[in-house]
Amino acid sequence: MIIGLQPRGIFLSDRIVQELEKLVPPATIQYGKLDITFYRDDVRKSLHIASNTDIPFSIENKNVILVDDVLYTGRTIRAALDALLDYGRPAKVALCVLVDRRFSRELPIQPDYLGKAIDTIYSQRVTVLWKENNDSEQVMLLDN
Amino acid sequence: MKLSTKHLLGIKHLTAEDIQLILSTAEQFKEVLQRPVKKVPSLRDVTIVNLFYENSTRTRMSFELAEKRLSADTLNFAASSSSAAKGETLLDTVNNILSMKVDMVVMRHSASGAPHFLAKHIPAAIVNAGDGINEHPTQALLDAFSMKEKLGRLEGLKVAIIGDIMHSRVALSNMYLLQKMGAEVTVAGPPTLIPKYISEALGVRVEYNLKKALQWCDVANVLRIQLERQNQPLFSSLREYSLAYGINRRLLDSLGKEIVIMHPGPINRGVELDSDVADGGSSIILNQVENGVAVRMAVLYLLANREN
Repeated sequence: MIIGLQPRGIFLSDRIVQELEKLVPPATIQYGKLDITFYRDDVRKSLHIASNTDIPFSIENKNVILVDDVLYTGRTIRAALDALLDYGRPAKVALCVLVDRRFSRELPIQPDYLGKAIDTIYSQRVTVLWKENNDSEQVMLLDN
Repeated sequence: MKLSTKHLLGIKHLTAEDIQLILSTAEQFKEVLQRPVKKVPSLRDVTIVNLFYENSTRTRMSFELAEKRLSADTLNFAASSSSAAKGETLLDTVNNILSMKVDMVVMRHSASGAPHFLAKHIPAAIVNAGDGINEHPTQALLDAFSMKEKLGRLEGLKVAIIGDIMHSRVALSNMYLLQKMGAEVTVAGPPTLIPKYISEALGVRVEYNLKKALQWCDVANVLRIQLERQNQPLFSSLREYSLAYGINRRLLDSLGKEIVIMHPGPINRGVELDSDVADGGSSIILNQVENGVAVRMAVLYLLANREN
C-alpha cells in the first residue's frame, strides 16, 4: 500500500496512484495519507501545524511504501516510521522519493525508489513546485 | 502561526486567530483518538500538574486523559487530601511543585483570578480549568468545536445560553468566544440569575421567556442549576425553576424546528433537562465530552511549544 506524507509528499503520491490506476484495477490500490507533525523530534522547539491523516485500512502485515517529495536529513522519515508503528506492524516499509539530497543525511535512512539524487550543501534549499498549487511544475535548488 | 499568549487564562485574552488555531489543531487530535494506538509522543518530555482546589471529576479526567495521550507525565493534586488542608498558601504550594521541575499547571480554583495571580508569579505555563465564577476557557472551546462539528460553522450561528448565567463561568467563556467568532448570543433564565447590565457589558441579548429563546436559536447550551443555590433567595424552588426553564420533549416539539441541545454536565435530570431530551437525537452532550479530550490535547500541545 502507498502512504503519502503530508504536507508535500501527497502531490507525488497522488500522481503515482493516478499512474497505477491505469495499470491495475483501482479497487486493488490501498492509498493513505500520513501527517507526522506530532512525531517530530523538534516538536516542542518550533510550532508546526498538523494536516490530515487518513489511513482507512489496517497496515498489519502489509508492504508499505512511504512517499515524500524531498529526502534531506531523514528525520521526517524517522518520524513517519514511528507514526506507522502506532498503526500496526507492517511486513515491510520502503521509501520512495522524488529528490534525494545525497550526502545530507543525519540518520541512517536511504530511499528504495528514487527520482533523482543531487549533491547539495546545508545552506541550500530544494523546493518542489506542483501544478496543483503553483503556476508551474519544477524542482528548484535555491541558494539561501 | 502560533498562539498570541503564553497561558490559557481565559477566552477574554484570546484572538479569533488563536481560537481558530486551537480548533483546527483539535481536529487533528480527534483523528489521533480514533487510531489503534491513541497516543502521540509530542509531550514526552513535559510534566504537567493538575492542581484542582475544587472538586471535579469530568474536567480533571478529561485533562488527565489529554495529557496521557500526549505522552506527558501527569501529577494530580486534590486540595482536600493535601497540605492546603494544613493551611499552606497557594503560592507556596505551587512553588514547591515547581521545584520538582513541573512544566505546566492546569488549575481549577474557587477564587476568580487565581490562575491570573499564579501566572504573574511563576514561570510555568498555566491552563485555567475554571476559576470561581470567572472563566472556563476549555469548556467554551470544546463547546465551539462541537457546534462547528454538528452545524458546520460558528459565524452567524444563533446560540441561546440558558440557566444560571450570573454564577456560570461556562456562560462567560462561551459569550466571549461566540462573539469573537461571529456568532450571536442570547442569554435566557430567571431575572434573578441574569446580571442586570449584561447586555450593555457583553453585547448579548437577554430573554426571560424560555420558549422565545428556543424559537430564536439554532443551538441551546443548557447550564446546570446549582443545587446549592436553592436555599438562596434566587428562585422559589427547583420545581418552579424546571416548570419555567426546564426543557422537555413537548416544548422542543412545539418549536416546529430542530435545535441542537448542549450541556456542560453534570445534568440534573428532570430539572434543566428531561431525560428524553438529554438522551435524544438533538443532544450532542456526549460528543462534547469526547471532543473535550481532543480540544484539551490541542491546548496543551500549543502551549507546551511557547514554553521555550
